[in-house]
Amino acid sequence: MAAITMKNIVKQYGDGFPAVNDVSIDVADGEFMILVGPSGCGKSTLLRMIVGLEDITSGDMLIGDRRVNDLAPRERNLAMVFQNYALYPHLTVYENIAFPLRLAKMSDDEVDRLVRDASDTLELNEHLERKPGNLSGGQRQRVAMGRAIVRQADAFLFDEPLSNLDAKLRGQMRTEIARLQKRLGITTVYVTHDQTEAMTLGDRVAVLKRGLLQQLATPRELYENPGNLFVAGFIGSPPMNFLPATVEGNQVKLPFGSVEIPAEKAERAAGKGLLIAGIRPEHFEDASLAAEDRRAGSTFSAKVDVVEWLGNETYAYIPFESPDEVKQQLQQLEKDLDGEAMRTQLVVSLDGASRIAEGQDAEIWVDGRRIHLFDPATGENLTVDRERAGRIPGAKVSA
Amino acid sequence: MQSDTKTKAGTAVGFVLILVWCLLPVAWIISLSFKGAAETAAGSPQFLPKDPTLDNYKTVLGVGNLSSGDAPDPAVSDDFLRALLNSFGIALVATLLSVVFATLAAYAIARLEFRGKRLVLSIALAIAMFPVVSLVGPLFDMWRTFHLFNTWPGLIIPYMTFTLPLAIWTLTAFFREIPWEMEQAAQVDGATSWQAFRKVIVPLAAPGVFTAAILTFFFAWNEFVLAISLTSTTGSRTVPAQLSFFVGPDPFNPPYGQLATASVVVTVPIIVIVLLFQRKIVAGLTSGAVKG
Repeated sequence: MAAITMKNIVKQYGDGFPAVNDVSIDVADGEFMILVGPSGCGKSTLLRMIVGLEDITSGDMLIGDRRVNDLAPRERNLAMVFQNYALYPHLTVYENIAFPLRLAKMSDDEVDRLVRDASDTLELNEHLERKPGNLSGGQRQRVAMGRAIVRQADAFLFDEPLSNLDAKLRGQMRTEIARLQKRLGITTVYVTHDQTEAMTLGDRVAVLKRGLLQQLATPRELYENPGNLFVAGFIGSPPMNFLPATVEGNQVKLPFGSVEIPAEKAERAAGKGLLIAGIRPEHFEDASLAAEDRRAGSTFSAKVDVVEWLGNETYAYIPFESPDEVKQQLQQLEKDLDGEAMRTQLVVSLDGASRIAEGQDAEIWVDGRRIHLFDPATGENLTVDRERAGRIPGAKVSA
Repeated sequence: MQSDTKTKAGTAVGFVLILVWCLLPVAWIISLSFKGAAETAAGSPQFLPKDPTLDNYKTVLGVGNLSSGDAPDPAVSDDFLRALLNSFGIALVATLLSVVFATLAAYAIARLEFRGKRLVLSIALAIAMFPVVSLVGPLFDMWRTFHLFNTWPGLIIPYMTFTLPLAIWTLTAFFREIPWEMEQAAQVDGATSWQAFRKVIVPLAAPGVFTAAILTFFFAWNEFVLAISLTSTTGSRTVPAQLSFFVGPDPFNPPYGQLATASVVVTVPIIVIVLLFQRKIVAGLTSGAVKG
């Protein structure tokens, strides 16, 4: 077991394109670290540099106290689970799991003991003599994990291990991985593009965009204090709403009306002109259902376009127009997030008891304390609470 | 339902027609091999032997006594068995070397990036297309100078030249099919590049290796032009070439029965080999390696 330290890691391909650009991440011993981001953000490249399947252009990669930049994968003592499992089809499940041990020239007794141990843990006992071709997706996934846990590796690396499973199995395996990691207490780096996996599994999450580290923080910190527009839009489902806004005193002017925000936040955003306000869907509520004392001040009335009732909650969609300056920034953001939004609209999550209907003018309450304000030019979060936002590289230290 | 029956009947008829078309010459050869000398010399032969005899087999293989009570002519069987040994030896060595070299070359072509990769592949293809006959003259001269004329290597080398390109192309295609992650997984599991190649890639490429081996073996086993031009004695002459020397004592009466028998004897190993290797060529061996 060991910590993994990445110092200013750069990966440049032949054409000069930096797939990973000056990324520094420290994974503590026993920590579960998630690398997350949309496709092409360099997260898999980074993982492959840790394990040694990609060369590192510059920077230092340390496992424990050892600099491993120039070591072959087999000398790094890491275990990896590949996206498509990469099981050896000509070997039985038993031999697949035993493969790393056989390479390490262990005695047959030792191999047998360790393989049985691993197969007990993963409940693979009845499949040991079968070939991978005859197994289901979930079983193959478990064999791949068996091959990883069977040897005493310094760390586990997962490369989108659940992306080939169907939704139900994915949920089960996710819990299984979390349980296994807690039990073995082994340093883990896990790559995913799925923000649910990132939020539920990780001790800390590193959000990457186009090879650059955006924010490195705990899931809660990422959710409550996103460092910039990208992180704010990436974490959370349905995603955070972005609205054009201007600050006047303690009031934020939104397309639907004014909302009062805490003085401290207003002060940081004062005099910056047109801003982008970020409000999560669940920080809205049907005004008639919001608690009495909270109703004051921050309600507005808007025409609801579409309503989706899910039982426990209701999503209401409210279209709005935004100025070109903001629109461009939001379109770029949408592109970065691999999304394809057709129109600017507000998504509001209401209590399931809400009776708001489509086409109706609804009275909506918004929690002014939870509004974030972003600089439209840089995307930086002006109202971030730095004490509770983990590490945000590249951000100017606010006064 | 009726059209179903019709389709089946049609298929069966077509099947039989094609079988007859393909196998009639083979059946004729087999039938001929059981006919005595008198019968093959007769003016109007019939398909099946009138009185079947094993004399031809005894003569060619040099065992037992003929039906006349004489011992078979040792000159015929000695030459034939010697040629059979040459055929086996040359074909096996050519196949083995060809497959080993082709496997290594194909792996490099499929996996590594190097300058002139396309050139190597194009040249290999060009060599495979080259007409064998055009090389006979130059090779004859060269082999005499190098003292390779009428030796095993004298045939093995040109056979490899012609079979390597095909083997390389076949194997490259197979290697490209194997997910690269298989090998990376092995490396992460602690294998050296060589171990990953030997323990993971080669077993997975086995169907390709066997395909290449069979193709090479067939070529070497059946080749005639080089075999007759680059040999002068039974010291290295292979069976196809040796058959052309089965003229018998009477120039107007070739020993058709013996020729047919020799043909049957050289066909049997090929059939056995195909049936043996067929089991190895299991399609879809890689299924289950990755998510299907």
